[in-house]
Amino acid sequence: MTRQAQFHAAILDPAQPAPPGLTDGQNRPAGRRFSVYRNNVTHSLTEALEQTFPVIRKLIGAEGFARLARAYLRAHPPASPVLSRYGASFPAFLDGFEPLAHLGYLGDTARLERALVDSYHAADAASLDPAVFSETAPDALPGLRLTLAPSVRLVRSAWPIHAIYRFNTEDGAPQPPATPQDVLITRPDYDPRPRLLPPGGATFVTALFQGHALGQAAGTATETAPDFDLAAALGLLLSDNALIHATLDSPE
Amino acid sequence: MSNPIKTAALLGAVATALATHATTASAAEQEKCYGVALAGQNDCKAGAGTSCAGSSTVDYQGNAWKLVDKGTCATMELPAMADGTARMGSLEELDRDLPQS
Amino acid sequence: MLDQTQQNTLPPAPGVGYKPQHYAAILSDPGPVGWLEIHAENYMGDGGRPIAQLRHLSERFPISVHGVGLSIGGEGRLDPDHLARLRHLCDWLQPASFSEHLAWSTHDSAFLNDLLPLPYTSETLLRVADHIDQLQQALARPMLLENPSSYLAFAESTWSEPEFLAEIAHRTGCGLLLDVNNVFVSATNLGFSPQGYIDAFPLDRVGEIHLAGHDTDHDDHGAPLLIDSHGREVADPVWTLFDYTLARSGPRPALIEWDNDVPDWPTLAAEAARAAHALALVPA
Repeated sequence: MTRQAQFHAAILDPAQPAPPGLTDGQNRPAGRRFSVYRNNVTHSLTEALEQTFPVIRKLIGAEGFARLARAYLRAHPPASPVLSRYGASFPAFLDGFEPLAHLGYLGDTARLERALVDSYHAADAASLDPAVFSETAPDALPGLRLTLAPSVRLVRSAWPIHAIYRFNTEDGAPQPPATPQDVLITRPDYDPRPRLLPPGGATFVTALFQGHALGQAAGTATETAPDFDLAAALGLLLSDNALIHATLDSPE
Repeated sequence: MSNPIKTAALLGAVATALATHATTASAAEQEKCYGVALAGQNDCKAGAGTSCAGSSTVDYQGNAWKLVDKGTCATMELPAMADGTARMGSLEELDRDLPQS
Repeated sequence: MLDQTQQNTLPPAPGVGYKPQHYAAILSDPGPVGWLEIHAENYMGDGGRPIAQLRHLSERFPISVHGVGLSIGGEGRLDPDHLARLRHLCDWLQPASFSEHLAWSTHDSAFLNDLLPLPYTSETLLRVADHIDQLQQALARPMLLENPSSYLAFAESTWSEPEFLAEIAHRTGCGLLLDVNNVFVSATNLGFSPQGYIDAFPLDRVGEIHLAGHDTDHDDHGAPLLIDSHGREVADPVWTLFDYTLARSGPRPALIEWDNDVPDWPTLAAEAARAAHALALVPA
């Protein structure tokens, strides 16, 4: 085992003894001095997870989160030095984490938090000039393909994740209802906003992500949810600067 | 493939969306910089000395997880969903295969 | 070989580690602060407020980019993706200085997020020098290499730290970042003289000095074990060691690092003022 393999293994597994051949500089064994490194690694990665998943921490309490973080970081240390990206697999880890299985909404709530941080760091892009709609010939409008901003994220859930998020981030927010919720994250300027999507909204946005034209996307959404409100969906995308580009299908 | 929505309905919806879309002047970039910023997550600092945070083992069993009762999950009511078993029928068929974004 | 004086253009004034909560205060009242240091890995997103803030700050202040994640001492090869991210950041920002640590943090593709220690052997020396050559070529600029805080020593080490750093600087043409708090912390923890360390250090290679606060813990024998916590004011004996260093090196860009329990701007600016006072007493 190389030196760094020894450190790696012993830092992430406290059941292992500290590596041999370490001293206090006076030829005495290093002893607990090695645990400074164990602590730094554990503490700093726990802190990184706390910053990305504050709502999960609030939901299960600081002590519970610290235990959860320890289990996660030992099993899944970061694969990149860019810590704002750490925790991509944390939602799936929560889904499969038996001790917290009775809190089934944790995984999707973590997905929402992870997506908010991704949105925060996403590329900037100039928003679409709404004039493009009025400048497009009416019979060409269904063929308009809309590009969403790089900061837009969609999180669908069988749980009321939007309400759970609000309940844990806003004073006086109401108790979550027992309904599934889809959340669209937009970033009008530099602050990501979680927007609750009405029925059909997620289908519509998914179709746009997949590159379907406006008419096709609206049709799919209406099929999924007969009361899909296209005007409201488009209004939200426009007011939150969530659209950046529009192209017309070339005539066939 | 589903049928595209009728053009007339589409036109109406677009017109409504545009009418209600108040073109608010976006703040200058300089101004937007002053908003609340997330702390950078890469730091250059040591943690808590030789305290036991890095040395303690995780107890996956039993009472250790009672600690979660100190979180808001204990005060948040999720009727009919709180036990994780009542994942409302049709929703189990929700398409989870979402596009990469 | 690159000339380390060529692209390190930080002024011999106090700087501070930039924290986003100080953005407005820095722009309206920088006080004695003449430059800012950022951690490279915090500015590797694609956009948003962090990048926009940095762009605006760079129009007003010289910026030092301080990497905390490259793992220059790593046994494996340098992460090409991370090298590319560092290159991209330096390309658009054109910082006054780039620095990294004599340490490792990635093994077997796990990033452990701590500046982990290296045995000072000839094998380590060759590896570190090779990685610094690669980095300097990738960035097309010389870098500064920082001395670490040590909590333990390796039985197999055959070089003293100042000699080790001097040899690396000689071989690669890199400059050095002298963290005076790290010297004091390591000297206390391993039982050597901090002044002796400074005397042995190649001060002509020093392009930047770091100052920070530390915490006190104890080892198994009850001996003081100082922790490089960056969470309080710079300790008095570290200011004294700073004066001792400046008297031998002449004025240098000097940074206050405060990463834990970050204080309000006036408190941080007061630390910078203390560094400015010390710098003002040194003949150029």
